Amino acid sequence: MMRRVPWALLVFLAAFSVPALASRFYTFLANDVIIWALFATSLNLLVGYTGLVSFGHAAYFGIGAYTTGILMKKLGLPFLLAFPAAGVFAGACALVFGFFCVRLTRIYFAMLTLAFAQIVWAICFKWNEVTGGEQGMPEIPYPSFDWVDRVATILPFVGGYRTSDYYYFTSLILVGVCLWLLRRIVHSPFGRMLTTIRENAERAEFIGVNVRRYELAAFVLAGGFAGLAGGIFGIFNRGVFPDFAYWTKSSEVLIMTLLGGMGTFYGPAVGALVLLWLNQQIVSYTEYWPLVLGVILVLLLFVFPGGIVGALSDLWRRLDRRRRHA
Amino acid sequence: MPDLSFVFAQSLSGLTAAMFLFLIAAGLSLIFGVLRVLNFAHGTFYMLGAYSAYQFVQWLGPGPGTFWVAALGAALAIAALGGVVERLLFRHLYGKEELYQLLFTYALVLILSDVAKIIWGTQQKSLSRPPGLTGSFSLFGATIPFYNLFILLLGPAIALAFWFVLQRTRMGRFIRAAALDRETLGALGVNVDALYMWVFVLASFLGGLGGALISPMRAIVPGMDTEVIVEAFVVVVIGGLGSFWGTFLGAIIYGQVLSFGILFFPRFSIFSVFALMAAVLIVRPWGLLGRPLR
Amino acid sequence: MLEVRGLSKSFAGFQAVGDVSFTVAQGSISSIIGPNGAGKTTLFNLITGHLPADAGQVVFKGRDVTGIAPHDLCRLGMGRSFQRTNIFPRLTVFENIQAAFVSHRGRGWNLLTPVARLYREETETLLDAVGLLGQAEEISGFLSHGGQKQLELGIALALEPEILLLDEPTAGMSATETRESIALIERLTHERRLTLLFTEHDMEVVFSISRRITVLHQGRVIADGTPDEVRRDPEVRRVYLGEKHR
Repeated sequence: MMRRVPWALLVFLAAFSVPALASRFYTFLANDVIIWALFATSLNLLVGYTGLVSFGHAAYFGIGAYTTGILMKKLGLPFLLAFPAAGVFAGACALVFGFFCVRLTRIYFAMLTLAFAQIVWAICFKWNEVTGGEQGMPEIPYPSFDWVDRVATILPFVGGYRTSDYYYFTSLILVGVCLWLLRRIVHSPFGRMLTTIRENAERAEFIGVNVRRYELAAFVLAGGFAGLAGGIFGIFNRGVFPDFAYWTKSSEVLIMTLLGGMGTFYGPAVGALVLLWLNQQIVSYTEYWPLVLGVILVLLLFVFPGGIVGALSDLWRRLDRRRRHA
Repeated sequence: MPDLSFVFAQSLSGLTAAMFLFLIAAGLSLIFGVLRVLNFAHGTFYMLGAYSAYQFVQWLGPGPGTFWVAALGAALAIAALGGVVERLLFRHLYGKEELYQLLFTYALVLILSDVAKIIWGTQQKSLSRPPGLTGSFSLFGATIPFYNLFILLLGPAIALAFWFVLQRTRMGRFIRAAALDRETLGALGVNVDALYMWVFVLASFLGGLGGALISPMRAIVPGMDTEVIVEAFVVVVIGGLGSFWGTFLGAIIYGQVLSFGILFFPRFSIFSVFALMAAVLIVRPWGLLGRPLR
Repeated sequence: MLEVRGLSKSFAGFQAVGDVSFTVAQGSISSIIGPNGAGKTTLFNLITGHLPADAGQVVFKGRDVTGIAPHDLCRLGMGRSFQRTNIFPRLTVFENIQAAFVSHRGRGWNLLTPVARLYREETETLLDAVGLLGQAEEISGFLSHGGQKQLELGIALALEPEILLLDEPTAGMSATETRESIALIERLTHERRLTLLFTEHDMEVVFSISRRITVLHQGRVIADGTPDEVRRDPEVRRVYLGEKHR
């Protein structure tokens, strides 16, 4: 019975009510969470489903953010164009980088993804003319929401919100669509082929899977969706900065994915929610958030390798078994 | 075109930087060669070495031998820390996926660097050079601090000592064997567990020593660990993961590329370093002197 | 159907396979035997493209397939099992075989259809044929050794091969399991009109079902013929002297 309830859909619909029910602060937090949820889920396509550990995923996030930022701020393009462009350009970069990365195994793969991410960071950091260099690009404009007033005459409940709220609704819809797409991909024949690669790449070869080509495809898709997340984030953050691509950001999103649970689809999203919420709580008490994060990570690694969702589904299975035997 | 003495000075400064990187990268390479793990926390051990040296100097007060005692003490303290971490924590992750081991070392970075912030705050600290090595001399028109000369001589000295340990001592032979085939080594009755711990201890000693020795030259600040670990990665990639002389060579190449890069193409210097790392990984993943991983 | 000509492979000076040639006729059951280290698995790896050969050719159905990538080779009709059980451990038994169908029938690049319902019938039929239908929903990694070998056979068969290369199919099995396993393999081979080439240690198995035996020793062919011919061959007797026959 539990499985029939479309939880994800319910959460999605409920999320629309946040600006009306909660303060500006919570809307801000929710917006942050959904963007990182997309970012982490895109990484999970690589790590959790294909078994490829990338330490440079933030590169595509950064590329996406800068693409949207540059297109909107410097070239004045509308969000409707700038946003997909983020995904396309990030995906294209992933294609180029990924081509070289998938030819390597394990630790070398991880190091090359790290090297490419640092190259992206270095370019963003130093190319002052285009990226604003070390200062980044502050004050990216919000997309225009003037048309909402016209819609509000027909559907009055749509009107009366702040611009940041409208951006939140936009993010929610965009992230929702992207996650829905990713879910289709993961549960498709293509997704199944990816899991065979993760489970046993040698055997996968001998059921006809061109492992390198599939890995590259996964890399490009993951990079593209990360770029889309970055595109949304740049505007949300009111500015785009080089540290979006720094390797420590890659590890943050990796931890999120692990925290939520790598083997499941919604794990990373849950991880994003928990981590960002925890961050908010802890930061108000102490500045030593990295220490707390490190301890949580150690706990995860030693005690709950399946992450939150893994631990919960384990618990569920155990309770279920007990109920059946009772 | 800058004059020759300037080029000479730049080259020397690149070599000096290389020697520090060698100390850190050697430890990193050693851990990777034997334990097959890329230890992100190695940069943090280096930073803790610097902070420890500072702390020892504070406790011991001024005096002729203070710096040396502090540096050695710091290196030993960090070596002990490495041993404790390996024995109590890291050991339990050996059978598990590599990702978990990597993330554990990253967790160490998070925890230890904040611990450093708690103990020593965020203001930058520094140490003065030991008496006897202050001042500088002139060579080919360039001004060279004595301390730099010391480092330039110490680096190869440590490299040779290390190489001697690897080649001539029993422990060294075990280390090399473990890097090649640890299962067989275990089957031969060698206590592989203890060996792993000693490898960690030795590597941490080198990292801590590097940190202690660099403190008269650079400010000790939070964040120096994440900066240096990436540099160390570049060095071991270029030289070859697990290769000892490769690390030495990689450090020298890196030092030169960086110092001349800053000179001629200041905007591209960071970029060029990572581009070099990527290029090596693409063309010859096992580096200049490394061996293809089985 | 399958012809191997002069295949050779050396590893750092050690010659694992040296100038091996033999033919496998269509519809026949042939085996490759030899003491440990004779090069049987290496030979298989050369035939299936997992290892590049130093010299020689592999001709399959009249076509030179030397060095073709494994993922292309299995589409041509060659199926293979591995010495160390090679399945997808965290997938269910059902999903293991279904994955093979999905890949083989060319649906691997479909990004949008839900995969759960694809090829249900074919997968269940095949599971039944290898005797695993009752365990379809179990995680394959938890299957017994024998069960995993059955699963592996199923995965190979899902690729609709014309020739089946089995590397030590009864390794690690008890006498009962071996008998059942061989019976299953034989039955499936006849039902599907497959050609079978396998390597084995168990002499009883080899001599009971093979029509043709190739004997390898230190990477070279020392005998090649019917079971009777091989049994009488003096070179073979010399090599196997002291070896226990079951």
